[in-house]
Amino acid sequence: MEELVNIFIKGVFIENMIFAYFLGMCSYLAVSKTVETGVGLGAAVIFVLGITVPINYLLENYLLKEGALSWLGARFSTMDLSFLSLIMFIAVVASMVQLVEMLVEKFSPQLYSSLGIFLPLIAVNCSILGGALFMQERQYSTIVEATSFALGSGVGWFLAIVGIAAIREKIRYSNVPRPLRGLGITFIITGLMGIGFMCFMGINI
Amino acid sequence: MKNSLLSKKNRKLLSDPLGDQNPITIQVLGICSALAITVQLQQALVMSMSVVFVMVCGNMIISALRNVIPSRIRIIVQLVVVSSLVVFVDQVLQAFLPDVQEKLSVFIGLIVSNCIIMGRLEAFALGNTLWPSFLDGIGNAVGYGWILLAVAFFRELFGSGKLFGYQVFPDAWYEAGGGFYLNNNLMILPPMALIVVGVIIWVQRSRKSFPEELLEEN
Repeated sequence: MEELVNIFIKGVFIENMIFAYFLGMCSYLAVSKTVETGVGLGAAVIFVLGITVPINYLLENYLLKEGALSWLGARFSTMDLSFLSLIMFIAVVASMVQLVEMLVEKFSPQLYSSLGIFLPLIAVNCSILGGALFMQERQYSTIVEATSFALGSGVGWFLAIVGIAAIREKIRYSNVPRPLRGLGITFIITGLMGIGFMCFMGINI
Repeated sequence: MKNSLLSKKNRKLLSDPLGDQNPITIQVLGICSALAITVQLQQALVMSMSVVFVMVCGNMIISALRNVIPSRIRIIVQLVVVSSLVVFVDQVLQAFLPDVQEKLSVFIGLIVSNCIIMGRLEAFALGNTLWPSFLDGIGNAVGYGWILLAVAFFRELFGSGKLFGYQVFPDAWYEAGGGFYLNNNLMILPPMALIVVGVIIWVQRSRKSFPEELLEEN
């Protein structure tokens, strides 16, 4: 249990997707103009990461890794398909996003109308594919650990986009130099937020 | 072909993405990978070259296939083409530059979801013939690459006093040699990449010749 909380906290603060790895920056910069849209996209990212990473974990451990196919019989026990992992992961991400979109539309039209436009954006959000690749690289020992990592990174991403959106809403009233407005100042603020988040480094529960 | 290979229009395809249509600083595409791997020039160079390769090949393949691909499944076709190219690059790097490949780790894989590539395939290659697509691919990938190299130049120079791994500042400048100079360790940390890009954007947009309509209101 302790280990799970640790992985979660690490994903949120220390190894934050935005501030430490810059994953998902494109949509982070494009959709952070108001808090409302930021919350929508952030929630969608938590949701999709929480679904795709466990699925990719199963794929990785029962299909792709060296020796993962041994459940098919001794003949397959030395097979290593890991060079296929990139294509498999992106296929899973793209199809899951499509599936989630259809399910949400069918069962909760209200959620769909608030999340709807953000879901297709997620397929090209690198934090989702990045989540799967980090999961593969760090070799979590159980599926629960992988899920906790996924939710942690999702919540970290959510925090980051809501934070920058709130700052951008306020900065509209300040006198920023003309050429720095928009993109430039957003980059610099994100950098300063990243320096703030660095104070969590080394925390271990 | 009606117009010559390097007509004015084609030259524009090549030069626009380097300046006023730069994918990173103006169109805000492909930021994710641009920032994470700019601690050292060598990594940035390998990354830019991989992107040039994937971008040019991807653009040409999609452009050649553009009349065959049904528009409903075009995203999946694009993803398959790009990810096969990326797997190829990844395997080549593993074979010839294993130490760089290890440092770049997941970021080579993330070229797949790099929005520059998908964006250009979708916006340009699907509607143009082979030669303009080739030029567009080179233009955009190089426009991406030079920002990467510029950021890496400042971060490596001030962060560790080196360029391409070679010492630039003489040893006598450092405290150990009786000097005054200290490396700025902040430059190596991730947040400084963002700030350096922010400053590059600032400088680029401050030029008098920068088109007024591209400036943003918050």
